[in-house]
Amino acid sequence: MTFLKNIGKAVVPILLLSVPVMYLSSREILNPYWVQIYQQACVVAISALGLNLIYGFTGLFSLGHAAFLGAGAYTAALLTKLYVGAYGDEAVLATAAVFSGSLLAGGIAAAALAFLVGVPALRLTSDYLGIATLGFGVIMKVLFDNADTFLPSMGGARGMTGIPRLTGVPWAAGGLVAAVLVMRNLVHSSYGRALVAVREDETAAAATGIDVSRYKVIGFTAGCAFAGVAGGLYAHLYAFLHPSTFDFLKSFDVLMIVVLGGLGNMTGTLVASFGWVFLLEGMRVVLPPEYIEFRWVLIPLLLIVTMLARPQGLFGLREFPLLRGRVYR
Amino acid sequence: MYALIALGYTMVYGIVRLINFAHGDVFMVAAFLALYSIERFHLPLPAVIAVSAGGAALLAVLIEAVAYRPLRNAPKIAALITAIGVSLFLEYFTALHQVFGPNYYAFPRPFDVVSLDAGGISFTNIQGIILLVTLASLGSLQYVVHRTKVGRAMRAVSQDMVTAALMGVNVNAVISFTFALGAALAGIGGVLYGIAYPQINTFMGVMPGLKAFTAAVLGGIGSIPGAVLGALIMGQSETMTTAYLSSTYRDGIAFVLLIAVLLWKPTGILGKLRTEKV
Repeated sequence: MTFLKNIGKAVVPILLLSVPVMYLSSREILNPYWVQIYQQACVVAISALGLNLIYGFTGLFSLGHAAFLGAGAYTAALLTKLYVGAYGDEAVLATAAVFSGSLLAGGIAAAALAFLVGVPALRLTSDYLGIATLGFGVIMKVLFDNADTFLPSMGGARGMTGIPRLTGVPWAAGGLVAAVLVMRNLVHSSYGRALVAVREDETAAAATGIDVSRYKVIGFTAGCAFAGVAGGLYAHLYAFLHPSTFDFLKSFDVLMIVVLGGLGNMTGTLVASFGWVFLLEGMRVVLPPEYIEFRWVLIPLLLIVTMLARPQGLFGLREFPLLRGRVYR
Repeated sequence: MYALIALGYTMVYGIVRLINFAHGDVFMVAAFLALYSIERFHLPLPAVIAVSAGGAALLAVLIEAVAYRPLRNAPKIAALITAIGVSLFLEYFTALHQVFGPNYYAFPRPFDVVSLDAGGISFTNIQGIILLVTLASLGSLQYVVHRTKVGRAMRAVSQDMVTAALMGVNVNAVISFTFALGAALAGIGGVLYGIAYPQINTFMGVMPGLKAFTAAVLGGIGSIPGAVLGALIMGQSETMTTAYLSSTYRDGIAFVLLIAVLLWKPTGILGKLRTEKV
């Protein structure tokens, strides 16, 4: 019974998040553009949750999140490009299987990369870790830019095309719900407690028997796996990948979302992700065309004002009831 | 030239422990100031440098007072995010048509390029001027930091802000001065950049800013000779990569180098080990 109950816990929010949107779009109340933005917000939220796990919960200052997003995106896209056509367009189930498989593969690739980078780099602390991961992000971008020299289908600086457009509202919403559930369970497990302990005080954590460097690598790898899955969804949402989507400035975007929402706070990350994406796109609609450039003038101003007014993030430590653990900090 | 920008980063970081992401954009604004003072007012080169350095210093002091000072006791990340915000704001605000505009602008050469030859090493007079101005700025910086009262106050604040305040140092004034000094150097860097690569736009500060920061970290952040050393290493390795490998890998090599050095010596080449206080 508990198994069924747990399944229900996952299915209900997926339905809640996807059915209204799909209904509205099928009745043409919501135009396809906004549906796409909705999915993009889901993707951004998944990747931001990952960074929140890394920075918010484990306290590792990473400025290279977009690189892992890119690693997942390219991996997943390469796989679907290879295998989706193989079963013909009719094989819906096979396509879905391949897609979920390649999303997983994207997550695993990002995690593997994170492991390789993390084991040596996580010895660094605070700002030095930040600049090292930032450097890693730039290196990855250079690699993506030059990728066509060793794998022509990745397109290099011209961008990767011909990716099947598989991500739909249920996929995006499903991915988000799965991410939230995994994240919630992880954070409130003994692993999650250990991660928070590492963030709060490494010496004290080590004294209570926590293997600090092991948990740092766990937190970093898991967070990057989220980014990898998000990247896979992103690739199949826009069916086009370009290295500039994954440069270090995009890592800043995710970082801003996480900090705006509040570090170590899932509610904040979710709200900030959706707020961020819809604000960006909403201003495109609201502002008259000749003032469209003001978008990026207003957003930083908003950011600065928010930070000055609420340095601890919009939500501080408050969480939605659903996301709380049994023992609330 | 990286050295001039790197110095600003390292000084600010040494004192307030903040990666000042807006520094690269202060550099950009200085380059535009130089452009206008040459094109509209036909000022001679020393005056241009003075205008740019002064303008940059003013801007940095303003940024510090408005955006960073209220957050000095807040979590460090809040200040960092604000710095990113300031940086984005400067870039996009100045890219508006009403301000500088989003295009690339040609930077007028204040003099003709002449190729010189000294003992088998050939260089242009532009490179010569850059070298001279850089050396002069570094020399005066060393003098200010080590031989003047403000310099002593700066070093005191960087060691322990609270104790320095108790000893009668006006911490806010010193921090403002540090920002101004760092920005003035970046301003000079901006003019030199305009002379060396005669095309500027409002996003030109991003990559040099990032690389200068990398250079500062490479050399050991907070250390002035370290910043210069790091900048020299970066400049050399980039030129070498372009020459022997491919220019598409140029932006990557600096960071490969950085990560290698950080793994070998986590506080940079000339950095001091700083134990975290509990």
